[in-house]
Formats: sequence, structure tokens, C-alpha cells
Amino acid sequence: MAYNLKEELSKPERFAPGHRLCSGCGAGILCRAMTRAIDEGDKAVITNATGCLEVSSFLYPYTAWEDSYIHAAFENASATASGVEAAYKVMKKKGKIDDTYKFLVIGGDGGTYDIGFQSLSGAMERGTDMVYFCYDNEAYMNTGIQRSSSTPRFANATTTPVGSVSNGKEQNKKNLTEIMVAHGIPYVAQTTYVGNMKDLHEKAHKAIYTQGPAFVNVMSPCPRGWQYPSQLLPEICKMAVETCVWPMYEVVEGEYHLTYEPKKKLPVEEFMKLQGRFKHCFKSGNEYTIEEAQKYVDKKWEALLAKCK
Amino acid sequence: MSIRERISGNEAIATAMRQINPDVFAAFPITPSTEIPQYFAQYVADGKVDTEFVTVESEHSSMSACMGAEAAGCRAITATSSAGLAFMYEMLWVVSSSRLPVTLACVNRALTGPININNDHSDSMGCRDAGWIQIYAENNQEAYDNYLQAMRIGEHKDVRLPVMICQDGFITSHAVENILLEDDDAVKAFVGEYKPENYLLKHDNPLAVGPYDVCPYYMEHKMQQVEAMKNAKQVILDVAADFKATFGREYGFFEEYLMDDAEIALVLIGSTAGTAKACIDKMRAEGKKVGLIKVRVFRPFPGEELAKALENCQVVAVMDKVEGFTNEGGPLYNETAAACINLNKRPKMINVVYGLGGRDITTTDIEKIYNHLYMIKETGEVKEHYLHIGQRSNVKEVF
Repeated sequence: MAYNLKEELSKPERFAPGHRLCSGCGAGILCRAMTRAIDEGDKAVITNATGCLEVSSFLYPYTAWEDSYIHAAFENASATASGVEAAYKVMKKKGKIDDTYKFLVIGGDGGTYDIGFQSLSGAMERGTDMVYFCYDNEAYMNTGIQRSSSTPRFANATTTPVGSVSNGKEQNKKNLTEIMVAHGIPYVAQTTYVGNMKDLHEKAHKAIYTQGPAFVNVMSPCPRGWQYPSQLLPEICKMAVETCVWPMYEVVEGEYHLTYEPKKKLPVEEFMKLQGRFKHCFKSGNEYTIEEAQKYVDKKWEALLAKCK
Repeated sequence: MSIRERISGNEAIATAMRQINPDVFAAFPITPSTEIPQYFAQYVADGKVDTEFVTVESEHSSMSACMGAEAAGCRAITATSSAGLAFMYEMLWVVSSSRLPVTLACVNRALTGPININNDHSDSMGCRDAGWIQIYAENNQEAYDNYLQAMRIGEHKDVRLPVMICQDGFITSHAVENILLEDDDAVKAFVGEYKPENYLLKHDNPLAVGPYDVCPYYMEHKMQQVEAMKNAKQVILDVAADFKATFGREYGFFEEYLMDDAEIALVLIGSTAGTAKACIDKMRAEGKKVGLIKVRVFRPFPGEELAKALENCQVVAVMDKVEGFTNEGGPLYNETAAACINLNKRPKMINVVYGLGGRDITTTDIEKIYNHLYMIKETGEVKEHYLHIGQRSNVKEVF
């Protein structure tokens, strides 16, 4: 059946309003989209790493989650989900439950690329039947915009501040999507919030209904950390894709597919200029930062295209 | 019918686990508890259990997986030692505050720094305030029996707390001893099914676990844990009473060995009780009124009962198999002393730290401690209340 956003939005919400996420934050969009991708009638358990989303969506005694939800700690969402999934298997085996459950895990880049990386890797290697959604906002936003291994080079973060002898973070962003592909799991995808959310919806649905572990990396802008007016979120996501900073692709059983190819690849500054975290890159004398950023994006994009051919 | 066997403490625990047939076992190896998941993996491989055996990549993940499984509505277990327990530390608090009755078999081993694989209690004592029930064993039989009682205690509706069943690494975990095992069906009947009220996979309604808890609620939630730990005392005694009625062996908060007329006593935890009893028998034959209290339940701490058991003694040495670095002695000493503070007539009390990193403790050492206590009794003076025994030097050594 063809994707229809209006129809999708008419489904009962599984991530309810009343949560305390900032306006213009990507995480809430992902929560709604990923739970919309669960077929009606199927149940789910959401496991969440500590972070903005957790403290904003489940403040005792209120929860925004219509499905069962568990938060344990920062670094262990995947291991916690492993336990839930193991419980499901044994309860099914013993005939204690009839319902079909799907196991969705969600964490920010801190809980995914960094502190939760081992736990994620372990759960993927064990073949846990779960989908890990990373809302990648490229820094530790909950604690106040400290750099993570996902923060791109030259971004101004509170532990890589711009100063008289610094132009922000020195290292390039870790490529977690490729690391997940290297785990040999059946489904890995990258997406973000563009257009009518078709790409995100289809990848989320495919991931959820793939037997075994799946990983979906979702570029998820943060208005506080990236320093943009909240209404600019769709534009930033669009530019991330059009500049090839964040290519949209999926890897199914090891096979690469580009799910969107820009007609004309835009220069990286079209993405950077929308965000205060790159403001210093546009100062006279700092031209090299944009050149370096462009070189890096080009290299990565070419490498990805080669894999998709 | 009980079955006579000769097995190690680790195999005794693994046997209890097989008999209980738990839903989920999250396993990561560490000496000296490694044999427990190994035995269990074989039970899984041989189809003797229905358990989902999750071979996680760390102890932090094993406790996390246990939390997920228990919250989902299952009985979840794990086993660990030393650095493994330390690595779980954060999750021990999360599990207890989430009121999830996970059962952990702790095979006590010294904490690293420097690395050491032998027994002391620094691992479980390091997390004594994490909100877990802690029950310790003197020998293989007690380890087995304590494990059979663990889930009934932790899962009780008035308790709902995780339980740590501790035994001494190598000393009991690897030593093969005579043991009475119970029949599989009898064990299953005694332990019963896990029937949580609310859980993640419940058909009727979803559940949210692990909220961000704000100031107006956090303290009330801590007080509920306090209440649960208080309730655990009665439940521990009730389960022990049923255990005695079912299997014939008797347990309480602690064991009193020749305490009725004891003037001088030791208080300690674990396998050293056997050594102390041998020494007591010898000294009793010489007409000396010495006794022993072996603490079985450390959390909840049976302070009131312990104080009552010690009130007629004149001098007591509380022995800690852990160094507290407090400058004032180890945890068992401090808590025992605190429990006795309001007695009208209380014994003089010293602390003896022993057995660190597997350092041997012999009947000769125990006798030396009793003689030291006699010296205090005779002179009426405690010159030094915080001593050690078994060192290579005499610095702060029992004299």
C-alpha cells in the first residue's frame, strides 16, 4: 500500500503530547514516526537510554508513552532490551503470552555512539530481535552540548569551544552506521526528517519487521546545540541530505541501496550556514574549515556511492 | 527425599538454579563464579531447563538484561564476583529502586587494586547499601539452602527487592563437600512460580519502568524501599520456618554457636565460622566460655537481634573480611557496635580485619584473638579497637 502521510497521522498516537521536549527538537518527531511504523494491533516495548528524551517523556508520575517503556541507565539500553526480548521468547515458549511484541530501543548519540556502544555492539552480535533507533543530534545535549564522537569537525561544543586558538572540535564524526553494517546484521539504515517522512517511515517499518537486529541512524537536529530557530528544523534536515553531509541509504543483508540521491549535490556551507555551531567557520581567515569539511563530505560520499553501485 | 551428594559450592548453586528453572539467566564469566554459568550452559545445552541463557558482553549488561527480563515479567538471575559486581554497581541501585527481585549468586572475591582472585568480602560489602538483601553462607549446604529461599523472599509482595546469595570464593565455591540436595519437584514446589502484579508484557495494560523522579517524589520512593527492607526481616524468618518444615534445616538472621554462657565472643560472616567453631570446641574443652555469632543476613541488618544476643558478653571481637579504610574498622564492626550502643550493659568491642585477598585464617589465629579478648576482659582496657590478623608484620596486628 502506498505511503500516505495523512493516513499515517490519522492512526492513534503512541507517543502522546504533553512531553517536555523543546520545540524544534528532532527526538519527538522520531518517537512519533517510529511508533507509527508499528502495525496496529502489534504491541511494543520501548527501551530508552538516559538522555533528553528520557527525562522529557517519563517524569514521574507522567509518561508520554502509550506502549510499555523501560529506562534503566545511560549506557545499557541495548542490554536492557536484550533482557526484555529474552523474557518475551521464554514467555512465548511457555505459552504465557499470546500478543506479538516488537522491541524498539531509542537513544541519543551519547547513549549510542559512546557510552552505550559496547552494550549496542553486544546486543547486535547476539542477534537480539530489536531495532535500535539513534536520534543523532551530534553532542551530549542533555548535559549541555558537550562534544561526542558523533560531533562533526569544527562544531562549537561546550567541551570543544571556539577560542582564540581553537576552531571547535578537532576530529571528524565517527561513522557509526558503517560500524553497524560491519556487525553483519540484517538491516541498517540512515535517514532524517525530510518531506512527508516517507523515507523514515519505510525504513522504520522495514527495520521493525526484519527478523533479528536492526539499526536506524536518524540525524536529529537540536535547536539548543546546533543554534537555529526551531522552525528551521526541516530546512536543516533537507540541507544535510542535499549536501550529502547525511546521505539517506540502507544496507539490507549487506547490500547497499541509496534511497535518495540529490539531483545536484549542494556545497556543505548550505548546511553549515544555517547553524550557530558553525558560525566561526564563516569568519575571514577560517575559510579552510569549510574547505576541509567539504573534502571530508566528498570523500565519504564517493566511498558510499562506490558501495551502492 | 534428600539426596546425599559431594559437590562444590558453585555446583550446588548451579544445581539449585537448574531445579528452579528460571526464565532468564544473563551470564558473563569472572573467577571464581565462572563455573556457575558454565554448569548452567550445559543444562541449557542438554535441554534440562527452559531458560533463555543470554551471554552478554559484560557484567553491567548482565545486570541490565536481568532488569529488562524481570521488568518484562520473568524470573531473572545472574552470578558474579569481585570486579564483575563492582561493574554492576550502578545497576544494582537501579534494580533495587525499580523493585525488581533479581537473584544474584555472588561468589565473594577481593576487589582489584592490585588484582587478586582470592576470597574476601570487599565486593559485596562495597555494595552493601545498594538496596539488596544480602545472605551469606558458611559452607556449600548453606549456599544451596540460601539460594532455594532467595526468590521466596525477594518476590514477596511486601518485599520486592533483589537478593544477593553470597559464598566465599574458592573456600566454598571450589571445595567439594558433602551436601544434602533436595528433590527437583520438592524444590519447584517450595520455590513456586513468579507472579508479578504488573510487568511490561502484561496483556491488559502497558507499564512504564524507570522514570525521571523529581524532588517531590524521590524521597517517598526511597522510604518505600526502606519499608520493604524492614518487611524483609519477617519474610526471611517466615521463609526459613517453611524451609525447616519442608527440608528440616534451620536458618535465622544469624547462627549462635555456644553463646548461652559465652563471656567472650566473635562475630563474623562466612566460611571462617567453621574455623572459629573448631577453635571454640578446643577452648571450651579447656573450660573457656567462648562463643561465636555467624551473621547470615547482613541486609537487612538484624541489629536489634544481634545486640540482644551480645548483651551478656563481656568482650566481643567483630571480624571483617574487608578493609574499610575508615580508620575506624570495617562495616560489620561499625554496624554491630552501632546496634549495641543503646544497650544498658554492653560488651567492650574491637574490630579485627582478616583474610584480605585470600590470606589464610587458622584456628591458631582465632585462638590468638580470643586470648586478646581475655586480656581486655582481665585489664578492663581496650588499648586498640581496630586491629588486623595474619599480616607479615606486627603493625596494628592482634597482640
